Amino acid sequence: MKNWRNHFGIIIPVLVVLGLAIWPTLSDSVSNRESAFTILKAIALASSLNILLGYTGYVSFGHIVFLGFGGYVGLYFLNEQGWNIWMSMLVAGFSSGLLAFLLGKAILRLRGAYFALATIGINEAMKAFINNFDPFGGPIGMTLNFKVYKLYGGASEALSMAFYIMAGLTLAAIILSYLVRVSKFGLGLLAIRENEDAAEVMGVVAPNAKTWAYVLSAIIPGMVGVLFFFKNGNVEPHSAFPLHASIELLVMVMLGGQGTVLGPILGALAYQGMRGYFVTSDFFKDIQLSVSGVLLLVIVLFIPAGAVGWLRNRFAPLRRFLP
Amino acid sequence: MTLILQVEGVTKRFGGLQALTNVTFDLPEGQILGLIGPNGAGKTTLFNCINGVYTPEEGVVRFHGEDVTGSKTYDMARRGLARTHQIVQPLEELTVRENVMAGACFGRENHNLHDAGDIADEVMEFVGLAARTDQLAASLNVAQKKRLEMARALAARPYLLLLDEVLAGLNPSEIGGMVEIVKKIRDRGITIIMIEHVMKAVMNVSDRMVVLDYGQQIAEGTPKEIANNPQVIEAYLGDPELAKRLMGEDE
Repeated sequence: MKNWRNHFGIIIPVLVVLGLAIWPTLSDSVSNRESAFTILKAIALASSLNILLGYTGYVSFGHIVFLGFGGYVGLYFLNEQGWNIWMSMLVAGFSSGLLAFLLGKAILRLRGAYFALATIGINEAMKAFINNFDPFGGPIGMTLNFKVYKLYGGASEALSMAFYIMAGLTLAAIILSYLVRVSKFGLGLLAIRENEDAAEVMGVVAPNAKTWAYVLSAIIPGMVGVLFFFKNGNVEPHSAFPLHASIELLVMVMLGGQGTVLGPILGALAYQGMRGYFVTSDFFKDIQLSVSGVLLLVIVLFIPAGAVGWLRNRFAPLRRFLP
Repeated sequence: MTLILQVEGVTKRFGGLQALTNVTFDLPEGQILGLIGPNGAGKTTLFNCINGVYTPEEGVVRFHGEDVTGSKTYDMARRGLARTHQIVQPLEELTVRENVMAGACFGRENHNLHDAGDIADEVMEFVGLAARTDQLAASLNVAQKKRLEMARALAARPYLLLLDEVLAGLNPSEIGGMVEIVKKIRDRGITIIMIEHVMKAVMNVSDRMVVLDYGQQIAEGTPKEIANNPQVIEAYLGDPELAKRLMGEDE
């Protein structure tokens, strides 16, 4: 029983993801599957970003660059080289991780606002590069050859499969987030977040730890990118690197509670729910992003710890259960 | 007697400011060295040159005989050097126990989380923080935060411990408690350099002392020699003759 209690922190997140995974089947609805896909994607991305933002304390304003880059790499191998979806996802995850590693070596020495600005610059630079990179289709992007779907038993089967892979990836993302949070490596990251200089004096090799945190936060977004564009059937520079999507991710992590395992999951659920309501409402549909902006402002000003963080602070015994 | 630390001609400048000039001393294992001097004398700068926060412009720092001048702070931590900060640097949003565990995890012995937890429990007991284990570090008062700094440094099981004004801001009974802790640490075989302004305490615990004034090393010796050194008295009190008369009147 003691073991069960020790791992309580991962049980709720896993149940949430499993619930989302079976919801479309239970309700037998393709539109629910689309909604669930979007929510799962948001959870996977927010949980990944949380490793850098929540645990390490580095704000990345351009995290979507890993989704776009991974998606492009994956689709290239899927479409142009005829690789299967699994291999394409692996190579995409690896590429995004490698990109983060190289970027990390260069920009993780920047702190605070300077790092955040650099991440925006990287997103825009990547967009401009892909726009001019002919193997990836330049400004037109790439359209998935329908023959690719045939491998998986036709378009509808392929889309259904993509959904379940998405659920698997989300599960992997939250388990990764949990393992980092409760590991020694994670303790080093938290120390860096709280006080980087003091952490180094204690012996945390901050440059390495930060780089690996950045890499871990980039791999799953890269794989998610492949699935997302595989499902959409095409990829273009402006749909692969939307800056506002990075900011939406920040809102999700901040809303649910940065630095906690459950926070980004709740944040993603709440934000996607809210967004679903706004984009279908006559009044809000055009100002949906400004609402997100106001929301971010309110969180930063009044509950900087986010929902889960607030609960943890309010009820100290919860800390044990909500890592 | 093996030397744990050798500081040879260390000089540090900040632009036009000469923060340290040619500071030289040896530190044998197992001793407590008191580092004193008026405010701005360069004491903390010397610590920063020893543990790798700054690289001195001139001079060499040897740790266990090895040249470590300009090493990174985390390299020094792994070699077995731990320090506390004059201005406490707790990891505020982590619990007291997590703070101390971080010291054990990343210090010289590089423990896993489970062993670090055991060490943290033992060290918190030792410095008197056992009742505060699950509190956030931010919620501690100044005296407790100083103990936390100490606990975190000790959890690393260092060979050499740099204590930067651990007594400052404490009331007399807290000072007594802290001095006892320092002595107990020495008895465990850990070498200590302590920067301190509370003269009575530092004279009492130090085996030897080094005095800095405007970055110059003006004296070195036993506490007794230091107390009677006219240059030291001048640095602290101004005119040595006047100081002598004052002290004479005292007796």
